[in-house]
Amino acid sequence: MTTDQPKYKTSEVVDFVIVGSGAAGGVLAKELSTNGFSVVVLEQGPYLTPKDFVHDEIKVLQEDLLTNHPKLQPNTFRKTPNDQAKLQRALVYGRAVGGTSNHFTANFWRFHEIDFKERSKLGAIAGSTLVDWPISYADLEPYYTKVEWEVGVSGLAGASPFDPPRSKPYPMPPLPVKSNGVVCERAARKLGWNPFPAPMAILSQPRAGRSACINCGFCLAFACEVGAKSSSLASMIPLAEKSGKCEIRPNSYVHKIEVDERGHAAGAVYFDDKKNVHLQKAKAVILAANGAETPRLLLLSASNKFPNGLANSSGYVGKNLMFNTGAVSVGVFEEQTNDYKGYAVSRILHDFYELDANKVGFYGGGGLDARFDMTPIGFGLGGLPPGTPRWGKDFKAALAHNWTRTFEIFGHGTSLPVEDNSFSVDSDVKDAWGLPALRLTYKDHPDDLKLAHWLADRSKELLDAAGAKQKWTYPIDEQQFGVHLLGTCRMGQDPQTSVITADHQTHDVKNLFLCDGSSLVTSGRGQPTMTIMALAFRAADRIMALAKRGDLSA
Amino acid sequence: MSRGFAAIGATWTAAHWPSVVAAAEHAHKVAAFPETQKWEFFTPAEAREIEALSSCIIPSDGTPGAREAGVVYFIDRALVTFSVDDQKTYREGLPQLQKRVAELFPGVATFSAASPEQQTAILESLDEAGSKIPPRRPRANFRPNASAQPLFEMLRFHTVAGFLIDPESDRQGNRSGVGWTVIGRDLQHGFQPPFGFYDKDYPGWKPSVAAVSPEASAKAADKK
Repeated sequence: MTTDQPKYKTSEVVDFVIVGSGAAGGVLAKELSTNGFSVVVLEQGPYLTPKDFVHDEIKVLQEDLLTNHPKLQPNTFRKTPNDQAKLQRALVYGRAVGGTSNHFTANFWRFHEIDFKERSKLGAIAGSTLVDWPISYADLEPYYTKVEWEVGVSGLAGASPFDPPRSKPYPMPPLPVKSNGVVCERAARKLGWNPFPAPMAILSQPRAGRSACINCGFCLAFACEVGAKSSSLASMIPLAEKSGKCEIRPNSYVHKIEVDERGHAAGAVYFDDKKNVHLQKAKAVILAANGAETPRLLLLSASNKFPNGLANSSGYVGKNLMFNTGAVSVGVFEEQTNDYKGYAVSRILHDFYELDANKVGFYGGGGLDARFDMTPIGFGLGGLPPGTPRWGKDFKAALAHNWTRTFEIFGHGTSLPVEDNSFSVDSDVKDAWGLPALRLTYKDHPDDLKLAHWLADRSKELLDAAGAKQKWTYPIDEQQFGVHLLGTCRMGQDPQTSVITADHQTHDVKNLFLCDGSSLVTSGRGQPTMTIMALAFRAADRIMALAKRGDLSA
Repeated sequence: MSRGFAAIGATWTAAHWPSVVAAAEHAHKVAAFPETQKWEFFTPAEAREIEALSSCIIPSDGTPGAREAGVVYFIDRALVTFSVDDQKTYREGLPQLQKRVAELFPGVATFSAASPEQQTAILESLDEAGSKIPPRRPRANFRPNASAQPLFEMLRFHTVAGFLIDPESDRQGNRSGVGWTVIGRDLQHGFQPPFGFYDKDYPGWKPSVAAVSPEASAKAADKK
């Protein structure tokens, strides 16, 4: 935290109030403030710094150091709107300055051209509300490049024959290869597939005052103690603060968007850490609170003027949720891979990015990566092959043998948008602030489950070709828990079937903007954060253009 | 206390009776804690039971086990910190365990006083599902699912956590990093390549000999 931050009064009408400081909020804060706009970022979580980013698995994973807390913020889950929702943790998201970008794996795949226009190519899919994006890959390409250079992504341009066109190479070479990467690469080539170095939002070289990766091995679910992982906290927030125009206000839990008598957003109402209520006034409001909290906030902001929730004339706020499907197979190898050293992923495959639905019999596609994302306790509890004794000397011997010889092939894939799949508010359950809880309704589209099994088969094939001594696949069940929170306020030209315009402006409220996972129209192939950041860079440009034209002045 | 316990106990006892007799005469090690040890949750008697139990889950068999890692101290602290909601599982589970010990081995006073063979038999009777439980990919939550044997499942979770926790945390577990050393994890938190066997002679990345088209890749997959 720097001392350059201004302290705005809540009564001062700042140019922008941004709700959320994660992948999208951090980028927007940096772009808007460095272009001279006054910005207040309201973050519900604390302002943690690298000294807080320990490797204590209990503190991080059980006590939710970095994430939403199930006791303070309970969730409910039901499969369909006809079911009774039951109390159950439904999601994990980052709850600290930097948001989920603090603890993501940092796989940074661009979406491909097909992701933006799949509906046109395939036609309607039964049971899905699949539509094209109102923008194309070419519209977003300059912003993908901006993410790579400004936020910091390591990779090798041209390494994948399936890569979409790019205007510039990566700013840094790939991270060092790991044993799982080498084994995966050799096996994939035997099968005629095209492995390539994984693009990762982790610095392979020191850059912009930040350290290169020290290969500590605690990436997924942990935050980086040297700032090498390109979170918003490491890359964007410091620049926003240095602008002298941006105040990051942590422990500020927004629960309502204030709307004036003309139906314009007037600011954000939030609880401070003592649960006192404040209204931060602003000329325009941007919600970047993630694909669950952004729709919840709109629904909580219902009023006489907006009885179904703010910006919800379409009825689509919270709907069309996509988690991404996936399948994980695990292999145990003869020699030591020691994949606990270093970041999780070094080689990936995009050969199956776009499957032919006529051949495979279902819609979808995905990517495979070789990784070891388990940390010691998690491995001890769930990383051994099925049938391994669960205690005693044979259990201990398996731990001692397998920890250094295990890695996973992770298949990441599409989810189809389904109207009933949603985040909504559950008035029967309240959070620690007395607000209705998040309720998840989710049932995978049948094609998503077929794809998961198909990817599991490919991952086992790869482990076979790699000579794994033992292999197994974790059970593939209908999902009832998510970390990718996509599509819940999607963009589109048609106000009947979308919530925001291609400029991220809500169709219903001209000075209210949404930008985060909720904006996505399709799910991509399982790595959404790169696209969320690219959208945020683009949204900043669009919003500034509207502001300069005077289109936002109330 | 649990489904089918009596039957398991009777069958087991019949099959193992000679060794039970032999084991009863076997003098064995019972934990001796420093008199100054201040327990935060357990009574000293409970702590002895917990140490014996955790020591069966990860034994000291030539390399350090739960005992040397200080797992009992980890669990004692866990129950007043992150696992405060699990106190009941221990307070209700330990007397039930006591009953099972008495039912299986009349005359054996406590779990920690039982012979190693008896202890194994008692744990086997507790781990009903055993290794038939499919592994669950460890995600955000390590806590065991609801179980017929809440004490056993909780003990397994706490023992593994106490053995493998980052030794730099202040949770009293994995003392001197012995748990990490046993599984082959270097104690540092930063590393340089090469990391393992397969990457040490890696010549560097080169494109596939003939870059394959998506169609060719799909064909390769179809053939499988």
